[in-house]
Amino acid sequence: MRKKKINVAVTGLNNIDSPGPGIPVIRALKESKVFDVRIVGLSYEALEPGIYMHELVDKTYQIPLPSAGKASLMERLQYIHSVEKIDVIIPNFDAELFNFITLSDKLKKELNINVFVPTLAQFEDRHKANLSAYGKKHKIKVPYGKVIFSAASIPSLVSEFTYPMVVKGKFYDAYIAYNQEQAHTYFNKISAKWGLPIIIQEFVTGQEVNVTALGDGKGNTIGAVPMRKQYITDKGKAWSGISIEDENLMAMTKQLIKSTKWKGGMELEIIKTVKGDYYLLEINPRFPAWVYLAVGCGQNHPDALVQLALGKPVKPFKKYDIGKMFIRYSYDMIVSLKEFETISTLGEL
Amino acid sequence: MKIKKNIALSESGFVFDPSTGDSFTTNPIGLEIITMLKEGKSRGEIKSAITKKYNVDGATFEKDSYDFINMLDKHNLTESYEKEKN
Repeated sequence: MRKKKINVAVTGLNNIDSPGPGIPVIRALKESKVFDVRIVGLSYEALEPGIYMHELVDKTYQIPLPSAGKASLMERLQYIHSVEKIDVIIPNFDAELFNFITLSDKLKKELNINVFVPTLAQFEDRHKANLSAYGKKHKIKVPYGKVIFSAASIPSLVSEFTYPMVVKGKFYDAYIAYNQEQAHTYFNKISAKWGLPIIIQEFVTGQEVNVTALGDGKGNTIGAVPMRKQYITDKGKAWSGISIEDENLMAMTKQLIKSTKWKGGMELEIIKTVKGDYYLLEINPRFPAWVYLAVGCGQNHPDALVQLALGKPVKPFKKYDIGKMFIRYSYDMIVSLKEFETISTLGEL
Repeated sequence: MKIKKNIALSESGFVFDPSTGDSFTTNPIGLEIITMLKEGKSRGEIKSAITKKYNVDGATFEKDSYDFINMLDKHNLTESYEKEKN
């Protein structure tokens, strides 16, 4: 079968020690059996490694930081589209999703660019700060949590929490605080980087398991692969992991996607306690950086997402390989100064 | 005492628990014991098979197998762990 040529723009080219999902998503798309994909990279910084991975990324454009707002993003995308004729954009950062979600209708209407992302309500509802209400609404266990806006609230937390407790940022970062002093330190550390509020969460012990999944926006789970981290970096990222068999976890994922009518890729972070209870810690509203494991297990989620984005019917995956592992590695690319100069000065390479 | 049904065993002594992703290695005698447990053999049957095949007396086997099976239990590889959990 002749594959259809399409242009897909992808963010998250920061394939570093705390990697973005861009490069794994691109690798998945390059293995599509349906599409012959040309990749347009969208980067924020000139040192994102994906910019220089020419075997995977055909052309890269710098885009404005999410804080610049959606108007400047739209303007930049209009220019990029005028050159590249983009069919689909896959945003891969939590922090940029708000802009892409709110621009998705405009992108479709004015430029015929398809973005298959959660709705704004789905995106806002699952925020860490709303997790308790989210758990109740969708009948899923979540650790007890509270949002605080000031470090002055920390001493009074003892009426609701016992130490250790988890101190989390609204987008990224989480630390376990064993006493009030540590809670103060982590509050300051996280709020300085990611702003307020800070989320205080009950510390639930058990085995952390993760699921990468794709919802079609109608309540159907197109694919889901659960993984357990085997080696974790000092930044808490999986350096290796293995696909596991867990019917309860799959049932929980399907129930959540059905209940929320989730649209797009997602990662669930879950704690399985010794008693066999499953607590949802977080929903990341995009594919995780380990999404290529799903491809290795027989479920090409990014490819299925592109098909959904283009309005094609996609049959749910029925199985995946259990016991498949991923192991990351680091690799030094040699890059000419000219290339660095080009992306730094012209904003494209 | 039974080994969880979904545990995968390979001839090399590699033991894989697909529900947790944990993997272990065992020596050939450990592999024989796990295989027999998986087949549903009783501890008496296993003791008889091992003491017949190897130069080990019953008391020593009892002691060592007790330790070994405890270890399997500790690593959540047995059905007794599953029952306890539920």
